[in-house]
Formats: sequence, structure tokens, C-alpha cells
Amino acid sequence: MYDFTPMVEGINRWLHSMMPDAAATFAGWVLVALVYLALFAVMGLVLVLVERKVAAFFQLRLGPNRVGPWGLLQTAADAIKLLLKEPVGTKRADMFLYNLAPFLLIIGAMMALSVIPFAPGLQAFDINIGVFFIAAVSSVGVLGVLIAGWASNNKYSLLGAMRSGAQIISYELSMSLAILTMVLLAGSLQVSQIIEQQRDYWFIFKGHVPAWIAFMIFVIAGTAETNRTPFDLPEAESELGAGFHTEYSGMKFAFFFLSEFVNMFIISAVAVILFFGGWMPLHLDGWTGFNQVMDFIPPIFWFLIKMSVMLFLLMWFRWTFPRLRIDQLLKLEWKYLLPMNLVNLLLMAFIVLMGWHL
Amino acid sequence: MSYVGEIVHGIRTLLTGMAVTGKYFFRARKEIITQQYPDNRDQLRMFERFRGEVVMPHNENNEHRCTGCQACEIACPNGSIEIIWDRKVDEKTGKKKKYIVKHIYHLSMCTMCNLCIIACPTDAIKMAQNFENSVYDRSYLTKVLNKPGSKLMDGIDE
Amino acid sequence: MEEVKQITLHPQGRTEEYFINMGPQHPATHGVLRLLLTLDGEIIKRVDPDLGYIHRSIEKMTEHDTYRQIVHLTDRMDYLSAHINNEAVCLVVEKALELEVPDRVKVVRTILAELTRIASHLLWWGVTGMDIGALTTFMYAFRDREMINDIMEENCGARLTMNYNVPGGLMWDIHPNFQRRVKAFIKHFKTKLPEFDRLLSDNIIFRKRTEGIGVLSAEDAISFGVTGPAARASGVSCDIRKKQPYSAYDRVEFKEILDTRGDTFARYKVRIHEMWESLHIIEQLIDNIPEGDYQVKTNAVIKLPKGEYYQRVETARGELGVYVVSDGKKSPYRMKFRSPGFSNLSVIDHVARGYKVADLVAIMATFDFVIPDIDR
Ligand code: SF4
Ligand code: SF4
Repeated sequence: MYDFTPMVEGINRWLHSMMPDAAATFAGWVLVALVYLALFAVMGLVLVLVERKVAAFFQLRLGPNRVGPWGLLQTAADAIKLLLKEPVGTKRADMFLYNLAPFLLIIGAMMALSVIPFAPGLQAFDINIGVFFIAAVSSVGVLGVLIAGWASNNKYSLLGAMRSGAQIISYELSMSLAILTMVLLAGSLQVSQIIEQQRDYWFIFKGHVPAWIAFMIFVIAGTAETNRTPFDLPEAESELGAGFHTEYSGMKFAFFFLSEFVNMFIISAVAVILFFGGWMPLHLDGWTGFNQVMDFIPPIFWFLIKMSVMLFLLMWFRWTFPRLRIDQLLKLEWKYLLPMNLVNLLLMAFIVLMGWHL
Repeated sequence: MSYVGEIVHGIRTLLTGMAVTGKYFFRARKEIITQQYPDNRDQLRMFERFRGEVVMPHNENNEHRCTGCQACEIACPNGSIEIIWDRKVDEKTGKKKKYIVKHIYHLSMCTMCNLCIIACPTDAIKMAQNFENSVYDRSYLTKVLNKPGSKLMDGIDE
Repeated sequence: MEEVKQITLHPQGRTEEYFINMGPQHPATHGVLRLLLTLDGEIIKRVDPDLGYIHRSIEKMTEHDTYRQIVHLTDRMDYLSAHINNEAVCLVVEKALELEVPDRVKVVRTILAELTRIASHLLWWGVTGMDIGALTTFMYAFRDREMINDIMEENCGARLTMNYNVPGGLMWDIHPNFQRRVKAFIKHFKTKLPEFDRLLSDNIIFRKRTEGIGVLSAEDAISFGVTGPAARASGVSCDIRKKQPYSAYDRVEFKEILDTRGDTFARYKVRIHEMWESLHIIEQLIDNIPEGDYQVKTNAVIKLPKGEYYQRVETARGELGVYVVSDGKKSPYRMKFRSPGFSNLSVIDHVARGYKVADLVAIMATFDFVIPDIDR
């Protein structure tokens, strides 16, 4: 009913009818790139605004409320301000790497974004190793952070970057294992397949206890991957000033800032896809009427609602918890999450083997 | 504590913390503690004892109570008050009497310690409750407290 | 600090210690304090505090001011314990003049001092949370602190630099609303303080960040001259309110909070308990403010008899001593403030060695430094 596939195909056919095949393919790419760029910008702005508002409510404040109605244009104004700002940097920085780092970060985030389906048909890139691809490209970001810390020629930045390196490499493991647990259940790496598997029930219901544990681990690892409190050690403003992006200003700083939010979006999207059925509506056993009502809500809304809940959860963490220390962070990963994850994987394999997940 | 017990305990403490912030999030509308400052200027009333600026009240005939005794100038710990005074012949008594030409007050140096107010024998100066003292040029902060053409109220003596 | 000292040669390569400047502009130093850190990776090898960025020579200024004027300078030392600093100067002047202030003054001073202590600890709680990464604590602490600030503003005329004490008593009588407001605050705060525990003290991350970190032994606390909650967390009983009761502390019943662990968490816990104790003290006094004068008349220009006088009080961060040498003139010949912050800072190198940069921030937070207090 709410499938976007005909629309996308329609546009594709229209492009092909207008120009030669090669040109049409190219035009298609450009179109997709433009859409994603726009999405990226809008998403960044909206998420920053939401984060600030949510933070404000947690802290009994009002949050931005001056620019536009209810402060809705605040982040847009900030973005313009950042664009117009003079780029101030250190003299003895490694200029090439210094300028490269923010782009590396943002490219990683953009690539991961491309395989995320927002609704049936609304997906740029449905490859058969989708989830694996996300896990792979999202760790490109750490290169950007490391390079930024190194190239800024600032000891605080370097400390932040080193922390980030240790952190992301460890948590990558947990994240992949948590994903793997769910892939066991789905039997496929392709994102659209995984979602299709959850047509009747979401994986969080299907997978029983291992799925919940995997979800927990995934959220923890995801928070760590996005460098958010309680795992914001790379920036840790009370310790390192601003960590790896201390020396960045203007738009380059904005890239770092935005990429955090885009990463957060990706983590939530993956969580939604793996555990909450992507854009699939909520179905309960035997409640036919209820299920029909649920079907009535367009998938894109389902996706957005689930995303909002996930994002809110991440924000809730951020505005409640203190920050861990670097050794505790690693201890948490290697002594708690990793063993739990491995046992959990076995458990899930057992469940799948016994066919209890249906 | 056992391995599993530790995990469970940890998660429970985290959830307790989230319950506290969560409670405030959902009640945030009622509990906002910040103020919309320049908008609510009209509602803002400082407490009567609030010390914002030294002023010299004048009555409707443009008369003040300052005799020029300089007690406030001496009491001030940082030289925020300078009195320029002179003597002239009082019409009624025919005696020479001290009067202030200018009661100069440097708001920029004042620490609002209230010592001048206490020192003043005739209660000629008092603390005003205004709190918006910022100006674009520091020279605006040097004020002459007695209004031009003002004179001493009757019946006030050193 | 470009100079780098080589320490060891490993077969695989070289590791170097390096310097890092923490401050004078750094979020965790809460003011213009500069810490020169020598680090090996993240491990702290040495901490060199460097002072003087906001030195205002308050001690020298006192030599030109009258005793009445000196009081307001002490507002600017430890601005979070302004009232207690004022009280210290007034007490020393009263001691020298052998002046007995009315009971009313003593009781009101004590109530205000305890309110100040709560306000100071509240701010400390907020920023400790922030330093350790929980940003929300700050606003919750300020919500409650705002009530105290309002009480101060209504009663004393200013929120921080109250200058409400004068030698011989108080500047004014208490405001008619004073008792009502204080009681309202106590009622409100009693419901909020347990929330602080739920939000931060019990939090597993916070516990792990603070327990066993920055341990200060009782011997070291004594030999470095550490006072206040920081020393009491190491088991050193040093509460001036108990040891040398001044004002109305001899007529109230309260506990001296002691801990023996001496780590960051113990210092945290001692402060939290002190807030409860302060509430307890205020509760005992608020309904029993004796009638009487609010001031003993003193000369307009106070001259202390020749001699040396010393008075110590317990501020929110420890023992503040005021030492006056008078040569009989209207200003002191020399006035020395023994500020708690300075001695507490001296121990930071000893305490922080071997821990990580993140721990240093936590340690600094629980020593509760107010830089103008260290750097007078
Ligand atoms: S309030 Fe204090 S500093 Fe200000 S003018 Fe009066 S005596 Fe001087
Ligand atoms: S203001 Fe008061 S103290 Fe100052 S000169 Fe006038 S009368 Fe004297």
C-alpha cells in the first residue's frame, strides 16, 4: 500500500526515456547523491535541535527558543554562523591531514547511511552484505578521528584521538558480535531480507532472551561507537577541552559535530532494523483487528517512530550518566561485553537450531 | 559480588538514575527553572534590600539630604565616592555653611558593600534595586548623584 | 613547554614523558589555575600547580583599610563561603575588642553560615557531576541553590558577596520573611537530597570512577595541612565547629562527619552528609532565634589594641584562619588569611600521582577548589 518502489522505478524509467542509458544511470546517481546530501543536512540540523531541546528538558531548561517559532531555526542559524566563520587552526598542524580528517569522518557516515531503508523501496543500495557493510564503513570514521587528533599537533587532541582509537576498535567487536547474533536469527545479511523476516513478529520478540541481551549490548556498543556520554572520552570536555577536535573551527568543526549525530542516527537505524523490524508495523499474535490498524500506519512513520524512541534513549543516556575512564571502558568491553556476547551467540545459535524462534 | 550480580546491580543503578532524569523530562513543563530574561523584565522585582547602585533620592522640590559631610567618602573602601564641596553663606542663619557641588559616584568601582549608606548621618543616599548596569562606555558609570540645581532640604544639619 | 625529558629506552622504541598545560583556561580547573602535568601516556607522573593568575593582594589591601572595610574584601576570597569569611574577620575583631555579641547575632550568623555551606556544597555537587561527565547534575543543584541565593538576597542584600556581618553584629536585623523562607527551603531540600544520591552517588559508573581513586592517608592529610571535608574523609577530625566552637555551634547538636577511606568517593560522601548535618543545625536554630539587638554599637573607626589575634572558622572547604597583627592603628599592621584551598591544593601532586588524567579531574572536583581562595 505504502510502497515507494513504483515511484522510484518510475523516476528511473523516466530518466532512461529522456537520455541514453549511461547518462541516465549517471543522472540517477547524482540524484541519489543530492537526496542523501539534503537528507544529511536536514537530519543533522533536526537532530542537533532535538538533542538540545531534549537536553534542556532533562535539565529543567527551555532550550533554544529565540530563532524562529520555538527556536526551530536555531540550528539553521548556527550552521550559517559556522559556515561564515573564519577557519582558525594551528600553524604547525599537518595541513593536508588536518583538512582531510573531517571529510573522512563524514564520508564514513554517509556510506553507512546509503544502505538504510527508510520505507519499502526507499533505500539507495540494497546489497546482499548490507549489515556487514554498515559495520565496515562505520569504522572508517575512527580513521578520521585519529588523523584529526594527530594532525592538529595538540597534545589534548592526541590524547583524545588515542582514546578514540582504543575505544572504537574494542567496541567494534561487540557491535559486530551483537549484529551477528541477530544475523543468525535472520539468516541473511541483506537489510531488506532481514526486515522481511520480521513481517509477523519483530526479532526482539522472536529471539527471546538472547535478542534482548544482544539489544542491550548493541545499544552500549553503539553509544560507544558514536562517542557519546557515557563513552565520550575522545572529547571529554572536562578533561581534554574538546578532545580530538579542539583545534578545529568553522565548518570543519561542524562536520565533526554533525557526524556524531549522523552516526547516532545510523546506530539507531541499525538497532531498529535488527531488533524492531525496520519499517514493519507492530503485530501481535491473534489480535487481528489491532494488527490491521497497525498496518494502516505508513511504514515510513513506523520507521521514524521507532527511530525517535531509539534516539531518545541515546539522549537519555547522555544526559544522565557520568563518563567512564579509559581503562574502565576497555574493561567493560573485554571483561563483560565480549564474554556475554559470545555466550549469547551460542545461545542464539541453539535457539535457532531448535527452531524455537518461530 | 559475583560476576552476574555485579552486572545486575550495575544496570539497576543506571536505571535508577534514568528514572530521576526521566521524571524531570516528563514534568519539565512545570519545573522549568530558567527565566526568559529580557522578556520578563517587567515582572522582575528585586528584593528591597538588594544592593544595585548607590542613589541619592530627591524630593519633588529637587532637594536632597546631603550636607557634604564626606562621611561616605571616608567610609568607602575603594574610593568610589568623591565629594566636591564648597562653602556659602546660608540666607537664613547668615553663617557660612558647607554644601555639595558634586557628589560623584563611580559605579564601575563600587563593590556594593553598603558602608557608605551606613556611614551617612543624614540618610542622604540609599541603595537602588536596579541590576542592569551595563553600558557601552565606562565613562557612563561615573555618575553625579545630586541633580543639577538641587539643594539641601530644610532642617538637615551636619 | 617544548622541553621533553627522555626517561627510558626500550628495545622496541622510546617512550617519553611529556608536559601538558592544564589551565589556566581549562574547564576542570574552575578558574584560572594552571596545572603543569607530566604525563606518561595517560598516567600522571607529576602535577605542578602554578598560581598567581588572579592574585589581587587582598592581604596587602587590608593594611590600608579599616576593619569595617576589610570585611567586604573577604567576600572575594572564597566567594562560595562569603558569609563565613566575613564572620571570621568579624569574630577576630570582636575577640580583640573583647566584645560579646548578642545571642541573636550568634544564632543568625550560624544559620546563614550553614546555608552558605549548603549552597557551596550544592555548587560543588553540580560541578563534580559535570567534571565526571554527568552534565545534568549542574542544573538540579542550581535549582536548589537558587532558593538559598534568594534567601541571601532578601536578607543580606546580595546573592554571593553578602557583606552582612559587621564587626559587632549584623548589618541589619533579619528580614521578616527569613524564617519562613528558610523553613520552606529545608522542606524542599529534604525531598531533593535523596534524589542526588539516586542520580549520582549510587550510579555504578560514578562509583567506579571515584572509589579507590586519589587516596589520601590521614598522616598525609595532617602533614600537608589538609582541612575540611577532604581531611575528614581521611579520618582526620578537624571540624573547627566542634574543636573550637564559635558563634552558636556550642549550643547545637550535630555530628562531625568522618570517613576513613580517604578516596575521592569518601570526600564526595562526606560533603553529601554535611549537607544533611547543616540542615539539621539550621532546623534546631531556625525556630529559636533569640530576641535582642542585632548589633553592638562600636566606634565608627575601630582600633584594635596592640597585639596579635587569631581566629579560625570552618568554611565549606576547610579551616580558614585569620591572623591579625595590630599596632593599635585603624588598619592592621599585617593580616594573614590561612585559606583552606591553598593547603588542600598542595596535596594534589601527592594524591594524583600514578592515576590517570580523568582521575585528576575527579580528584580536583572532590577537593573543591575555589581559585580566588587559593590565590588571594
Ligand atoms: S557601596 Fe561600598 S564601594 Fe560602593 S560607594 Fe558605597 S562604600 Fe563605596
Ligand atoms: S551622602 Fe551622606 S555621608 Fe555622603 S556627604 Fe552626603 S550627607 Fe555626608
